[in-house]
Amino acid sequence: MRAFVQSVGKGAFDSVQYAGGTFTLFLRTLFWIAVPPFRARHVFEQMVKTGVDSFAISTLTSFFIGVVIAFQSAYQMMKVNADIYIPSLVSISMTREIGPILTALVVAGRVGASIAAELGSMKVTEQIDALETLAANPVKYLVAPRFIALFTMLPLLTIYADFVGMVGGYLVGVYKLGLTHSIYMKMTFEPLVLKDIFTGLFKTLVFASIICVISCFEGMRVEGGAEGVGNATTKAVVTSFILIIVSDAIFTIVFYFL
Amino acid sequence: MIEVKKVSKSFNNRLVLNEIDLTVEKGETLVIIGRSGCGKSVLLKHMIGILRPDKGDLFIDGISMASLSGKQMNQLRMRFGMLFQFAALFDSMTVGENVGFALIEHTSLSHRAISERVEESLELVGLKGIQDLKPAELSGGMKKRVALARAICMRPEFLLYDEPTTGLDPIMADAINDLINELHDKLKVTSVAVTHDMVSAYKIATRIAMMYQGRIIKIGTPDEIRNTQDPVVRQFITGSASGPITDIQFKSLEQIGGDRSS
Repeated sequence: MRAFVQSVGKGAFDSVQYAGGTFTLFLRTLFWIAVPPFRARHVFEQMVKTGVDSFAISTLTSFFIGVVIAFQSAYQMMKVNADIYIPSLVSISMTREIGPILTALVVAGRVGASIAAELGSMKVTEQIDALETLAANPVKYLVAPRFIALFTMLPLLTIYADFVGMVGGYLVGVYKLGLTHSIYMKMTFEPLVLKDIFTGLFKTLVFASIICVISCFEGMRVEGGAEGVGNATTKAVVTSFILIIVSDAIFTIVFYFL
Repeated sequence: MIEVKKVSKSFNNRLVLNEIDLTVEKGETLVIIGRSGCGKSVLLKHMIGILRPDKGDLFIDGISMASLSGKQMNQLRMRFGMLFQFAALFDSMTVGENVGFALIEHTSLSHRAISERVEESLELVGLKGIQDLKPAELSGGMKKRVALARAICMRPEFLLYDEPTTGLDPIMADAINDLINELHDKLKVTSVAVTHDMVSAYKIATRIAMMYQGRIIKIGTPDEIRNTQDPVVRQFITGSASGPITDIQFKSLEQIGGDRSS
């Protein structure tokens, strides 16, 4: 019993410590972003790595999810002769939910893992210490450019994913389910309001912060060589996934009542 | 001058530095020797402010490091250069970008002036015309030289060497020792090196300090250390497997074994 209480207590203490560490890193990142000089070249490099290089995988996943949503909804809608609402279902679910969360999960897996592994390798080979000896702040130099890049590229990727998902739905609706082009377009955009797009994009900003802060935090506290780097990478991806899904659920509930 | 006053540091309840007192005189090369894991590198990292002591303070030319703000600490660090054990070159950058890193970050020098200084620094360590190579394309010895070029590029007053000859073949190790002596004479720097390579220690040191169990137990000129009768120092410098250092280890291992069996 005592051991159980001790283990729960230690778990709670570790969680609070982890939350404190990541939140402190988040605040330090915001502080160092505001401190000049602005490293445009570093930010641009990270934008290419996080955003441009993620376009292919984002296209693939969003397109097929659009196709799946259209087919899955057709399965139900056609039973009640409501197949005309399939385009609306695809567009609203892509912009409000699926686009943001799917893109965030893809980026967390691809970019978050890469950030944790890169920073982790830098930590174990003393490159982060070397930065400090050269009077360069590691948060300013390593975290801030990645944060700005993710903060700008994840919303752009999400808009693109929303669009590609709708294209997937369109192909199913028009070429398989027999809806006309004009009906499909009308039913896609008519029920779509700006709030749907903005709530989706707002969430991506939170997801971008989660991916960057968790991955950098895990990378920068690596200990123990290659094994440590591997563990940090796994932990960065798993923690980002959990936090993205939990925060998405919270936002969905909050936006439902707004 | 670097003064270490009553500095203590623990990691996970293990005392690594135990109220260390040490003074590095201006212009000398102090070599800190001791077994692997005895806290030599930890002490070196305190000198450049990467680690902060749990207790005690360090003074650089009389300036207390504990009282410095982040900005002041960075200004102080620019007076230092440090060579890491495994070079710690930034592998995403070229050799030129590595060597000129501090100049690019902290000065408003023109691109041309930085290139000239980078070339000059590389020449000082005997490497020329490799600015465009990536660290992955270099041998171990070349990496150490490039790291040394990066450390001296800002023309520091203090140079810290963490295991400068570890992982190098004896010829390259000797070449690095010569280079350390050459840089010391040319740049008139105050140097601190940590090593367990006694050949290197005798060759580059003005004074040698021996670290054991978190403390400095002996300090003196290379000749004084070579001729000391202190059994702990003697065992270390002669590289003997039997002696007071290993006796203590065996005793603690036996004690752990005894505790487990009872």
